[in-house]
Amino acid sequence: MLKQQMLDVKKIRADFPILKRKVHGKRLVYLDNAATTQKPKQVIDALVDYYTNYNANVHRSVHRLGEEATEAFEASRGKVAGLVGCKPEEVVFTRGTTESINLVRFAWGEKEVRKGDTLVATTMEHHSNLVPWQLLAKKTGATLKLVGLNPDGTLKLGELEKLLGESPKLVAVSHCSNVLGTINDVSKICGKAKKAGAVTVVDGAQAAPHMPVDISEIGCDFYAFSGHKMLGPTGIGVLFGRKELLEKIDPFQGGGEMIREVFPDHATWNDVPYKFEAGTVNIADAIGLGAAVDYLSSLGMERVREHEVRLLKYALEALSRVKGFTLYGPREPERRGGVISFNFGDVHSHDVATILDEEGIAIRSGHHCAQLIMRWLDVPSTSRASFYVYNDTDDVDALVLGLEKVRKVFKL
Amino acid sequence: MSAADIYKEIILDYYRRPRNYGKMDDHDIEAHDTNPLCGDEVDIQVKVGNGGVMEKVMYTGKGCAISQASTSMLTELAKGKKVDWVKELSKEDIVKMLGNPELGPARIKCALLGMKALKTGVYGYLGAALDKEE
Repeated sequence: MLKQQMLDVKKIRADFPILKRKVHGKRLVYLDNAATTQKPKQVIDALVDYYTNYNANVHRSVHRLGEEATEAFEASRGKVAGLVGCKPEEVVFTRGTTESINLVRFAWGEKEVRKGDTLVATTMEHHSNLVPWQLLAKKTGATLKLVGLNPDGTLKLGELEKLLGESPKLVAVSHCSNVLGTINDVSKICGKAKKAGAVTVVDGAQAAPHMPVDISEIGCDFYAFSGHKMLGPTGIGVLFGRKELLEKIDPFQGGGEMIREVFPDHATWNDVPYKFEAGTVNIADAIGLGAAVDYLSSLGMERVREHEVRLLKYALEALSRVKGFTLYGPREPERRGGVISFNFGDVHSHDVATILDEEGIAIRSGHHCAQLIMRWLDVPSTSRASFYVYNDTDDVDALVLGLEKVRKVFKL
Repeated sequence: MSAADIYKEIILDYYRRPRNYGKMDDHDIEAHDTNPLCGDEVDIQVKVGNGGVMEKVMYTGKGCAISQASTSMLTELAKGKKVDWVKELSKEDIVKMLGNPELGPARIKCALLGMKALKTGVYGYLGAALDKEE
């Protein structure tokens, strides 16, 4: 019974054409999923189908192709909304997580944040949920304050409580760290932040692809994620915004589609979410994202998460036996996403990644756009292996063998 | 291509036993450079003697084996040469110095970091000397 509920990785792998290719003559072991995921043929086919059969601009075309394109594009919006538990009109299509967060910075931040205000983010943020707030603070004269980390890579919630006492305008936090893997209790954090009067922005780039996410349960004001990290195409992302707030804040960019009426000196805005989708949207990739959501939904997000926890358990145990392996972040698989950041002996992560690449193993190395974490860990960089639905224990075994190769080359 | 084609014995040797590592109190040239991709860092210092000869070249830094070994080897290569020699230094010279490892486009930047820092420092030094003459 339990067996039936587990993901059928062999069947899943057959859906991903790229997994058939060889790298340096070896089977591709793709463990860089936190950076971007591979695409199943269902997603690739959806793109080809759109361009081949019903390519047209959306919304204002009254011809047949335009109607089909609009229908597929809006259906994708509905699929995304269904996946994360919000209303379709609360889904704004963007280029990705970074643009989603910058949209909040401009449309909400520049309207609402004043000199002397406090903004709160955390030390574990990806640069995309940190630098926009630094820029906003600089522009408005507000002060950005950061919640620190416990030794196990979790947030110092006591520090957050203290900062909430300053009635901050904003609390920005990641749902799951792209380096430490830490899963934050965002519903608790957002609940407290809301009580303190703050607007909450959750970076869901590493969570939405990997676990069930229910935005209505989290209770945040904004939630951002990227299509390409969840089997979808690059160049398409999502900003969830609470409807009342989206209606209240300024537009992001001016142009076509986002307007209702235009006069010589001013204009009025379209309904949400169109108010935030100026110009021709990324129609094809939004449709591709819809196909990716279909794929994930057919697997079931709970099973996706269970699969990753199972792999994490296996990997953490196997890697803990590798001499010289240093793991960062929480130790318990249940408290972390499928991201394993590590260092190996005194070998620099780029050297680790280069030697693993020779074995066909793709991992990430460097600072992972999270230099505050590198400073906190007091390391120049880390290596990072991250899982997804097509990974299995054989990939972990390949990683362990690859590290032994690194040991040999560097004579550890 | 294999790891042995990249991690030549000479690279690992300089990485493990860096030559000319450290800071000096009196130097005429100093330059810092980083590779934002990897977070590799190097600081290069040069003491210039009579006739523009680089009498002493030291470095500190942290990063991957290729960036650190390459910088260390470069300090040895540069010592005793005139500062003008740095102007002619090329990517090919560095690759040759490293024993012709097979570096892809991502890793070649690591190999060239020390040269970049040294060139920055030397151009600054030569520019300042020009200003003085004027």
